[in-house]
Amino acid sequence: MMKRSPLKRREPLTDTMLLVTITIAIFFIMYFSAMAIWGGGFLRWQRVFDMLNDNAALIIVACGLTIVMIGGGIDISVGGVIALVVMSCVVHLNAGGSILTAALLAIGIGLAFGVTQGFLISYLEIQPFIITLAGMFFARGMTTIVSVQPQKVAHEGFKALMKTKIEIPWLGYIAKKGNLIPARAEIGVVVALVIVAIVFFMLRKTRLGRGFYAIGGSSSSALMLGVNVKRTRFLSYVISGLLSGIAGFVFMMHTGAGNATNAAGAEMNAIASAIIGGTLLSGGVGNVIGTLFGVLTLSTINAIVTSSGLRDPWWQEITVGAMLCFFILLQSVVLTLRGKGGFKALMPQWLRAGKQKTPSADLT
Amino acid sequence: MKLHSSKARWGRYAQLLVPLLSILLIVVFNLLRDPSFFSVGMSTNNLGNPVLTGNLISILNGASELAIIAMGMTLVTAACGGQDISVGALATIAGSVFVKILRGGEITRVSILVGFLACCVVAMLFGAFNGTLVSVFKIQPMIATLVLFTCGRSVAYWINGGATPTIESPLITAIGSFIPGCPIPTPILIVAVVAIVLGLAFRITTLGLYTQTVGINQRAARLNGINPMAIKLLSFLILGLCCAVAGCISVSRLSLINHETMLLEIEMDAILAVAIGGNALGGGKFKVSGSVLGAYAIQALTTTLYAMKVPSTDVKAYKAIVIILIVVISSPVVKQAMSRLWAKIRDRNPRKEVTA
Amino acid sequence: MQDRIVLSMRGIGKSFPGVRALHNVDFTLREGEIHALMGENGAGKSTLIKVLTGVYTKDAGTISIDSTEISIRSPQDAQKAGISTVYQEITLCPNLTVAENMFIGRENGALVGWRRRYQRAGEILDSLGIPARPRQQLGSCSLAVQQMVAIARAVDMDCKVLILDEPTSSLDDKEVEMLFSLMRDLKSRGVGIIFVTHFLEQVYAVSDRITVLRNGELVGEYEVEHLPQVELVAKMMGKELQGLSDLKRDDSPDDDESTPVYEASALTSTTGIAPFDFTIRQGEVNGFTGLLGSGRSESVRAIFGADRTSSGAIRMDGLTVRNKSPKQAMKHGIGYLPEDRKDDGIIADLSVRENIILAMQVMKGFFHPLSQSQQEAFADEYIKALEIKTASSDTPIKSLSGGNQQKVILARWLLTHPKYLILDEPTRGIDVGTKTEIQRLVRKLAEEGMSVTFISSEIEEMLRTCSRLIVMRDRHIVGELRGTELTQDNVMRTIAGGEQAQ
Repeated sequence: MMKRSPLKRREPLTDTMLLVTITIAIFFIMYFSAMAIWGGGFLRWQRVFDMLNDNAALIIVACGLTIVMIGGGIDISVGGVIALVVMSCVVHLNAGGSILTAALLAIGIGLAFGVTQGFLISYLEIQPFIITLAGMFFARGMTTIVSVQPQKVAHEGFKALMKTKIEIPWLGYIAKKGNLIPARAEIGVVVALVIVAIVFFMLRKTRLGRGFYAIGGSSSSALMLGVNVKRTRFLSYVISGLLSGIAGFVFMMHTGAGNATNAAGAEMNAIASAIIGGTLLSGGVGNVIGTLFGVLTLSTINAIVTSSGLRDPWWQEITVGAMLCFFILLQSVVLTLRGKGGFKALMPQWLRAGKQKTPSADLT
Repeated sequence: MKLHSSKARWGRYAQLLVPLLSILLIVVFNLLRDPSFFSVGMSTNNLGNPVLTGNLISILNGASELAIIAMGMTLVTAACGGQDISVGALATIAGSVFVKILRGGEITRVSILVGFLACCVVAMLFGAFNGTLVSVFKIQPMIATLVLFTCGRSVAYWINGGATPTIESPLITAIGSFIPGCPIPTPILIVAVVAIVLGLAFRITTLGLYTQTVGINQRAARLNGINPMAIKLLSFLILGLCCAVAGCISVSRLSLINHETMLLEIEMDAILAVAIGGNALGGGKFKVSGSVLGAYAIQALTTTLYAMKVPSTDVKAYKAIVIILIVVISSPVVKQAMSRLWAKIRDRNPRKEVTA
Repeated sequence: MQDRIVLSMRGIGKSFPGVRALHNVDFTLREGEIHALMGENGAGKSTLIKVLTGVYTKDAGTISIDSTEISIRSPQDAQKAGISTVYQEITLCPNLTVAENMFIGRENGALVGWRRRYQRAGEILDSLGIPARPRQQLGSCSLAVQQMVAIARAVDMDCKVLILDEPTSSLDDKEVEMLFSLMRDLKSRGVGIIFVTHFLEQVYAVSDRITVLRNGELVGEYEVEHLPQVELVAKMMGKELQGLSDLKRDDSPDDDESTPVYEASALTSTTGIAPFDFTIRQGEVNGFTGLLGSGRSESVRAIFGADRTSSGAIRMDGLTVRNKSPKQAMKHGIGYLPEDRKDDGIIADLSVRENIILAMQVMKGFFHPLSQSQQEAFADEYIKALEIKTASSDTPIKSLSGGNQQKVILARWLLTHPKYLILDEPTRGIDVGTKTEIQRLVRKLAEEGMSVTFISSEIEEMLRTCSRLIVMRDRHIVGELRGTELTQDNVMRTIAGGEQAQ
C-alpha cells in the first residue's frame, strides 16, 4: 500500500550542499565577471595558483576550523599557533636543526595546543571561546618569548625547499616574448589540497566525521544515539590544533621568516572563509570544499577590488566585510525560509527541501 | 528570618568574589615582591601641574577604556548570551569621527562637544546594525559582529582618509591626561562619570531586571510583556555609546588616531573582564561592577608584569596562564569534583577522630 | 504464542523528595501486542517509562524480560536488553541523512561502509513502508517520517519492547494513520509496543490492552473491547470525590445580561485550534476542560495573545480592542499563568522578589522602576498572603519547591490586580495542601469580582471551582456545561464524545 514513488528523482540537497553550492556559484560568477571585465591576470591560471600559493596556510587552518565549527565549537587560537610554530621552527632550523625535526616540532606544538584546549573544553566543559582565546594569547606571547626579533631562515636545505616550485606547463601562458611561462605552485599548495581531500573524505565517510556533524546538529540527540560526544568534541580540537601546526610549517615555507605578527588575524580570516563557504557557527552544517572556495572567494574579492581601481587601502577590508555580511544574511534567510517550507516557489524542483514529496502524497 | 535575609543579601555580591580575589592576589604578590609598588606620589608634569603618579594610578588610568567597554559588554553578554567582538573596531570608528570633526576647524569646547555627540551617534548606528543582526535575524552575536570586526578599522581609515591624523590642543590633552589643577588623570574621572550614568540608568529604568529576564528565559520574558528584541537591541546601543566614550579617551591620550593599533584586541580583554567578573558568558544574571573589577584586575596583572621587567610583548603568555587558571577553577565540573573531594575528606576526618 | 509475556514489571516503586511518583505498579507486555499506557498528568506514566529505560533507577520492584530478571541502570542497559524508546521530541540529528541517523553511534571501526549502509537502510525503510529515502536529509522529512525513522532505527536494533512516548502529539490525522499502520506491521512481527498517548480515539484505533495509572498507582489492566471510552475516562480521572465540595457555589450566571469582561469571537491562533467563541463575565470562574492536547492550553494562550492570533475579534467591557501580544493583554487587565512553569513561567536565576514584581514592573513601564523597598514590601506581602515557603525574598526561585514556585507566579499576577486571570494548570505537580489553597484562593478572587479561567487535568478540581465548563476535544470546543449539568458523568461523556449528555 505504501509504495515508494517509482519515479527516480534526484535527491534534494542537504543544507550543507545547498550552502556550498551557493558559495561555489557565487565564486564562479565573480571570477568569470572579473575575467570578462578586467581580463589580464584573471585570464591566466597563474592567478589561481597565486591565490593558492598565498593562502595555502589559511586553507589548512580553515579546514581545521571547519571541523571545529561543524562540531558546534570555535577555535581562535589558530593564528597564534601558526606564528609560534613559524618562529620556533625558524629558530630551530637556524640553531642547526634538520627539516624533519622542524616538521616534527611544528606538528608537536600544534598537537599540544589541540590536546590541551580540547581537554579543557570538552572534559572540563569550559567555553571554547575563552579557552582558545587564552590559547591565542599564550601562543602569541610565547612567540615573542622565543624571539622578539624577526628571524630569517638561514638553513640551506630549507631555502631550497622553499624555492622548489611545481611547474605545470599546460596551464601556463605564452609571454609577450613568445616563450612559455608555466604555472607555478608551491609545495604548500600540494599539502593544502591533500589536506582538503583528506578532511573531505574524513568528514564524509568516517564514523568520526559523521560524529562531528551529529554533535553539531544536536549534541543531546547525538548522546542518545550513542555517539561519544565528549571524545568527538575533544578530537575536533585536536585535529584543529594539528592542522594549525601543519599550517605553520606551510606558512614558513611560503615566507621563510618568523615574525611576531605572522598570521595576524588568521583566525578571523579562517572563520570568515568557513562562513562564506557555508559552515554555520551554530554547528552541524559545513563542508571543506565550501571552505576552500570561501578562501578563494575572499582573495578574489581582494583581487577585484585592486583591479577595479579602488586603490585606497581601506576598500579591501570594507568589501570583505560587506561580502561577509551578505553571506551571513543570505544563510540566515535561506535557512529560515527553508525551515518554514516557504522556499518552494523560489527553487527548482530538485533543489527543494523534500517537503513537496510529503508522505501523504506517497500514500495515495 | 532577618538573619537569613541579610545572608541572602550578601549572597548577591558573591559573584564579586572571583575578581576581588584576583585583585587581592595580585596586590599581595606585589606587596611581597616590592612593598613600595603601590605607593602614590605627587610630581609635576611638563605642563607644570601637580599630578598623582605611581603604579596604582597607572593601573586605574590605563584600564579606563577597558572598564568602560566592559560595562557595555556585560549588558550585551547578559541579554544575548554572546559577545560583541567588534568593540575595538567600533571604538576606532568613533575615534575617527571625533578626530575628523575636530580637524574640521579650530578646537574649542563646543567643537569637542559636537564631535563627541557625532561620534556617539555614529557608534550607536553601528551598534544598531550589530543589534539588528542579532535580534531580528537571530544570528549569533560573535558571527554578527565579525562583519564589523573585519572591516571596522578600515572604515575608520576611510573616515580619516590618511594614516595617523593628529589633533593638538590643550583641551584634548586635558581629556587624555590631566585637567590643569586636578591631580587625578581625567580618564579615571570619565570612568567614574560613565559608571554613575550607568548606575543612574539602572535606577531610573528597569534595564537591569529586563536584561536579566531576557537573558535567563526569553519565552517567559515575552509572556510577561517584555520585548526581548528591543532589550537586545538596546544592549547593543549602550555598548555603542560605551565604545564612543572609550574611543574619545583613547584618541585624546595620544592626540592622534592610528586605526591599526588603537585599542587593539580590547574585545578579547573586555570579554575576559566580563568572565573574570563572575558573569556567565551564556547570559542571564550579571553585575557590571564585577566586570569593572575584572578590567582593573587585568590591568593590574599587566602592570605587575611590566614592573617585573617582563617585555610588553611577552605579557600575553602570562595573561593566558592566569586566564586558564581562573576559568578552570571556576568551571562547574572542577567545582563539583572539588566539593566531592571535600565531602570525602570530611567523611574521613570524624572517623579518624574516633580512632584517635 | 499469542500470550507469551515479553516484559513484566512487578511492584515498581519510585519516590522523589516529597512525592511518591510510583507505588507498587505492575505492568505486563505480551509478544505482538500494542499496549496503551494511560493516565493524566502526574499519574506516573512517564516515571514508569523512565524507570524502564534506565533514566531513573527504581526504588522497589523487579523488571523481567522473557522471564529473566534484569537490572537496568542506564539507557544503554535498556538498549542492550532490547528495550527501545521513541520520544515525543525527536532525538535524532536533523542535519544528517536518514540512513546516517539509523546507523550512527552503532558502528564499530573508523570507516563506515556507507554504500552498504544506505542499501540496508533502503531495505528497512522499504520493508516498513516508510516513505523516506536513505540519502534524504532528516530535517527535510515531515515530523511523522522522522518519528518513523526513529522507529526504524529501533527495529533494526532487534528490539523486543518498543516504547512510543506520545509519538502522535505533533502529527496530523494522515500522519497518525501512517504511524499506526507501521505499528500494526511491527506488531505482526512480534514486537511488543508500549504506546503512551493522551488521545482516546488513537488508543481505541490501535491498542489491544490498556493499563491505567492514577496518582502513581495502578488502576488496572483492561482489554480494549471490554472498556468503553467513558469508563476509561472515569478510571483516568478518578471518580471518588474528596470531601471538599464546600467550594462549589450555586449562583450560575446563566441569565446574566451584564456586559462580559472579555468576549472573543472566532478567535484562533497559528497553533491549529479551531476558531472559537468565548465570553466571561465579572466574578465568574469558568474552565476549559478536555484531555491533554485537546487544545485547552492553546485556547487560553490565544486569549492572552501568547501565540500569534490569526483571526478573531476581541471586546473587553464591550469595547473592541486589539490584542496581539502579551503586553497588550496585560494592559487590558488580563493575567496568564502558563502551563509550563519551568519554560514559560519562572525566571530561574532571579530571586523570589524579582519574580513576584516582574509583571507589575512591566505594567508600570520601563522608566518607572519600583524601589527596592517597594519591591520588598510587595514581595513580603504576597509571601505572607500566599504562605510561600522561602528562606527570604532574595532566594533564587529555582531553589523553591514546585508548589511554592507556582505560588510565586500566582503572586506575580495577583499583584497586577487583573480583571481577568487565566490559570493554566496552576495545581499541576504540587502537593494536595497547596492545591486546595489555590482552589480556595480562586473562589475568593471571584467573589471579589475577578473573572477567572481555570484549567486542570483533574476533573473534580474543575467541578469544585468552576461554575461553567467548556469542553474540548481534538482542538474543537465540543460542549459547554453549566449549573446542574456539571457532574462528573456529564463531563466525561462529553470528553469521550458520542454519548452527549443532555
